[in-house]
Amino acid sequence: MLLFLLASGLSLIFGLMKILNLTHGSFYLLGGYFGLVVLQKTGSFVLAVLGASLAIALIGIIMERFFLRRFHLQQLPQVLVTFGFLFIFSDIATVIWGANPQSMPRPELFAGSLQFNGFYYPTYRLFIIGFGLFVAAFLWWLQDGTRIGAMLRASVDNEEIARALGINVSLLFTLVFGLGAFLAALGGVMGGPILGVYPGADFEVLLLGFVVVIIGGLGSLKGALVGGLIVGLLDNFGKVFFPELALFTIFAPMALILAIRPAGLFGRE
Amino acid sequence: MSATGASSSAKSRGIAAIFLLTVILFAVLPYLLSTYYLGLVIEILIFALFAMSLDLLIGYTGMASLGHAAYFGVAAYAVGLLSLKLHWSVWSALPAALIIVTLVAALFGLLALRTRGSYFLMITLALSQVAWGIAFGWHSLTGGDDGLPDVPRPALASDWSLAGDRSFYFFVLLLAGTGMLLLAHVAMSPFGFALRGIRESETRMQALGYNVWRYKFAAFILAAAFAGLAGALYAYYNRFVSPDYLQVFRSAEVLLMVILGGAGTLIGPAIGAAVIVLLENVISAYTERWLIVIGTIYILVALFAPGGIIGFIRELRGRRVKS
Repeated sequence: MLLFLLASGLSLIFGLMKILNLTHGSFYLLGGYFGLVVLQKTGSFVLAVLGASLAIALIGIIMERFFLRRFHLQQLPQVLVTFGFLFIFSDIATVIWGANPQSMPRPELFAGSLQFNGFYYPTYRLFIIGFGLFVAAFLWWLQDGTRIGAMLRASVDNEEIARALGINVSLLFTLVFGLGAFLAALGGVMGGPILGVYPGADFEVLLLGFVVVIIGGLGSLKGALVGGLIVGLLDNFGKVFFPELALFTIFAPMALILAIRPAGLFGRE
Repeated sequence: MSATGASSSAKSRGIAAIFLLTVILFAVLPYLLSTYYLGLVIEILIFALFAMSLDLLIGYTGMASLGHAAYFGVAAYAVGLLSLKLHWSVWSALPAALIIVTLVAALFGLLALRTRGSYFLMITLALSQVAWGIAFGWHSLTGGDDGLPDVPRPALASDWSLAGDRSFYFFVLLLAGTGMLLLAHVAMSPFGFALRGIRESETRMQALGYNVWRYKFAAFILAAAFAGLAGALYAYYNRFVSPDYLQVFRSAEVLLMVILGGAGTLIGPAIGAAVIVLLENVISAYTERWLIVIGTIYILVALFAPGGIIGFIRELRGRRVKS
């Protein structure tokens, strides 16, 4: 589910704006760190989630407005810029928070675990699953059920006509980029109590996110959801059964899927 | 533009003169420079070859790969393992490494070439991560994170070792130089022009009867083989191989070299490689925050020098002609 949060943002940005956002992992990592800071200052997990995600969304919006806007549909400069920010953010994070992993306490409400059929399920994990489903439903509604969603789809299908119809496409794109960053940071804060926050997470998460959207298909919400599930399972089982080749168990199936369906399971060419 | 026969032959004579001067310059360098600076020159040569090989993909064929370090690293590991575990000499280890790289590239190419654009970028990155994952995880073979220490310097015969800095320099110069000339030859050949055609319009080339896929596949493998040569040389130079060799950062770094110098010019990426290697060495002497610096360079290049150094020079020249 965390992967879904992450991949949906990545997929959203790519699907709508054709930007391959390599900074996405940094949004996740910085989200985690920001959340940690807010949590330590205020003691409120809700505030941490909201504050960090909004702050990252703002960073995303600034990046889009001042750096990525001018490279609309130019792939190489986009790669350069987002890669540059990836380096800068990761180095800044190391300067401020050091090289040691930081752990984040679980919110008290979800500190326990539930017993079901003889198995114990930590409530926090259940909460994350529920939350992920909620976000998925919300994004679905946003895309298919609202006026903004309709405007978005129109801008994607034919940008010029959308502009001619009086839709402010560039504002929409900025908002989408912000939303994508928001989702990544959300994943970072929510994942903090389970995975911890540590340098290098930005890269790990970016790669996992890539695999998810490659498997699921870029720009498809359904793909991000299904891909997230597949990759999550593969990752966990892979780590148990083939610890030496942990990454291999994710990437090999991905290569296979790509070989059969180059656009991913739910992607469109 | 009217290029007459006289001026073009003068131009080719000029190029020949420059080429000769360069050869002489590189031949006397080891007698002028200290060991440290000679090492830098070796590094520049290796990375110039590496960057030029990527340029064949990006600049000429229009395929942006973010996993080019995979071939660099695979060849480095091949050379390292063959000479450490099997005690092969350079005569057999180096060709074997190149064959291995070619095979790996053929496999990766079969997968990656099913895609284009951003998908191609992502799958090349993912495939290189597979290679990295194996190098990192297969501890018993590759030494995992510790890498392979003590890779021996090559010896051409039992009593002719290239362990000395100067002799090793000439070894690298010869191989990397040959590699660069071959790449330039490929780029200028009909094959190279076909690649340029593919970059501009795949469908048009298809309509002209070119088997586009086969050309792309060949370019992919060629680029990988030359990257492999660079990687093998680097393994010999550093006498050490680690998973870092095939990390994404390296792929991104070589991509930066290509674009900083100017994609599609071959000489540009070589200059870009020189600039980055020098900067890295100078700056890391002053600060540990190399990542911030190089990150800023990425962004500045994208913003202000999309054509790279060569593009910038050409623009200056164009302005002078106009005014």
